[in-house]
Amino acid sequence: MANLPNEYGRFGAFGGRYVPETLMPALLELEQAYLRARADRKFQAELDGYLSRYVGRPTPLYFAERLSRKLGGARIYLKREDLCHTGAHKINNTIGQALLARRMKKQRVIAETGAGQHGVAVATVAAMFGLACEVYMGTEDMQRQALNVYRMRLLGATVTAVDAGSRTLKDAISEAMRDWTTNVRRTHYILGSVLGAHPYPMIIRDFQSVIGRETRRQILSGEGRLPDYLVACVGGGSNSMGLFYPFLKDRAVAMIGVEAGGLGLESGKHAARFAGGRPGVLHGTMTYLLQDDNGQISLTHSVSAGLDYAAVGPEHSFYRESGRIQYTSATDDEAMAAFDLLSREEGIMPALESAHAIAEVVKLAPRLKKRQTILVNLSGRGDKDVQHVARIRGVTL
Amino acid sequence: MKNRLDAAFAQVKARGDKALITYLMAGDPSLQDTKTLVLELEQAGADVVELGVPFSDPIADGPVIQRAAERALRSGTSLRRVLTLVAELRTNTQIPLVLMAYYNTVHAFGLVEFWRQAVAAGVDGLIVPDMPPEESGPLCSAAEEGNGLHLIFLLAPTSTPARRTAVACRSRGFVYYVSLTGITGAKLTDLEDVRINVEKIRRVSDTPVAVGFGIATADEAAQVAGIADGVIIGSAIVRQVEQYQHDPQMTEHVARFVRSVKQAMNRQQPVSDLN
Repeated sequence: MANLPNEYGRFGAFGGRYVPETLMPALLELEQAYLRARADRKFQAELDGYLSRYVGRPTPLYFAERLSRKLGGARIYLKREDLCHTGAHKINNTIGQALLARRMKKQRVIAETGAGQHGVAVATVAAMFGLACEVYMGTEDMQRQALNVYRMRLLGATVTAVDAGSRTLKDAISEAMRDWTTNVRRTHYILGSVLGAHPYPMIIRDFQSVIGRETRRQILSGEGRLPDYLVACVGGGSNSMGLFYPFLKDRAVAMIGVEAGGLGLESGKHAARFAGGRPGVLHGTMTYLLQDDNGQISLTHSVSAGLDYAAVGPEHSFYRESGRIQYTSATDDEAMAAFDLLSREEGIMPALESAHAIAEVVKLAPRLKKRQTILVNLSGRGDKDVQHVARIRGVTL
Repeated sequence: MKNRLDAAFAQVKARGDKALITYLMAGDPSLQDTKTLVLELEQAGADVVELGVPFSDPIADGPVIQRAAERALRSGTSLRRVLTLVAELRTNTQIPLVLMAYYNTVHAFGLVEFWRQAVAAGVDGLIVPDMPPEESGPLCSAAEEGNGLHLIFLLAPTSTPARRTAVACRSRGFVYYVSLTGITGAKLTDLEDVRINVEKIRRVSDTPVAVGFGIATADEAAQVAGIADGVIIGSAIVRQVEQYQHDPQMTEHVARFVRSVKQAMNRQQPVSDLN
């Protein structure tokens, strides 16, 4: 499985490169540039340098003692990606891709963003490397995440509103792809999750795998053994793939990906691709999609903008079919309850995305024995969601 | 079975003309309108009609065709209904009909089922804008040998020489050359670049080359006709449909525009007059 994807960008039946011809040469160029960089010790040393001195890695692995006691079962560890510079795991990938853009001599970077965390992480590295930056964001998401819109603008990025379709992440990606198609010669598209056409799912997985590699060392030195469960939320699936990937060969480690259950699976208003979708092609890749009988992409719903997307990374689809990773979902209400629980018990306010993973832990931990361990990826911090949570609860700030 | 596209390109060539390929979004604003429009455009001089199958997330298309897709979806258009439309049209016309459909709509329909029904309905060609030849294996192997339906591939200004050869040799009916680095409906700026690229394609393939994306006016169509075997007009026609969608004379307006394009192409400029 370390050899996936294959040379065509396939993870079994999933993945590939379903893009207009205009972009094919750019994808092939990116793949070559990335493979050369990956094999280049100088590139890796440069990346490691930025990850430690700019991002603040390694991030801590924290034993959540009060939460573990409260739930009364397994010992719960949190991988503190919320402590990365800019407040989420997203920057692990944007640093890597900005270095790639520089190697390819592209002076402009573009990105899509849902929750705004990826957009902020792109605007941040663009500022640091002196690259022009434009971020596409659905108008619905701009409203939900107004704070992040202003953060990006403060960082010098242009934020372009996308007022088409569902006005969320899906439409922001379409618009970023159109920009890339038009400006491909001088622009690098920094995709934010393990989505899109090959080589993106591979590149982003590799850059995010630093999460799992660190975690593996940390838990082995702390607990002296591997965890029983890994839990992470899955939007496109970059934080979860980053955590899971270095553990895939450890057969005793169970893995659970948590999708957005929205208002409940029966309501139809959710973003649980594995529960409600089937394979198809969106944004360049073959993967599980929420779609109607005619292949039109469905509108999704989640309280968290970062999970509100109709497709999932193709590698997730592969491991779902192989059975290596289990997928479940948490509803908006369960995520909100988990948001409160972690804030009150541990003094850690999770991003609403990450709160979905905590919600699964709330269900799982009490069923396990005290000597068992659950390791959760706390992919981002909740500061960006404070206004949104207040609005949902009818509180005027 | 002889493909209507091949016959049309041969006829046009014998006349010393260039083919006018007109694009309509099927179901915009309704399938009934599309049916009328196809017949009117044929009268107005269209040699081939391309029918867009609406998709919710058309990444290769600019705002004009995106809005047309939204209107078509609102009117209840699906690939199944577009095939029914083609079958109905076949009782009235033998104009070559080419579908332009994003991969997911064909995938959701079922690849084998698609070929069977498309051939039966009388479709002559298929363009899948988000399917490069690398991903065409499953669709090709779902087709029966010699079924008479051409799979048309696209080349772009960014295509490398190796890709140009590979793509041009795979394409049947015509090679679709994307005139600009961008999406449909963008502004065409560099005709000399188009001419050079069309020449390069001709050197590796005998298949007719049609140029599309960004050809908005009769003048531009005439200039491109001096370069290529076919001229594809999409957004400019769809924009007319949009503008006159509530006007009872909508078909006449669109047909008038297409007629002016055809006339300009027939008065085609020699290549040396290009800017």
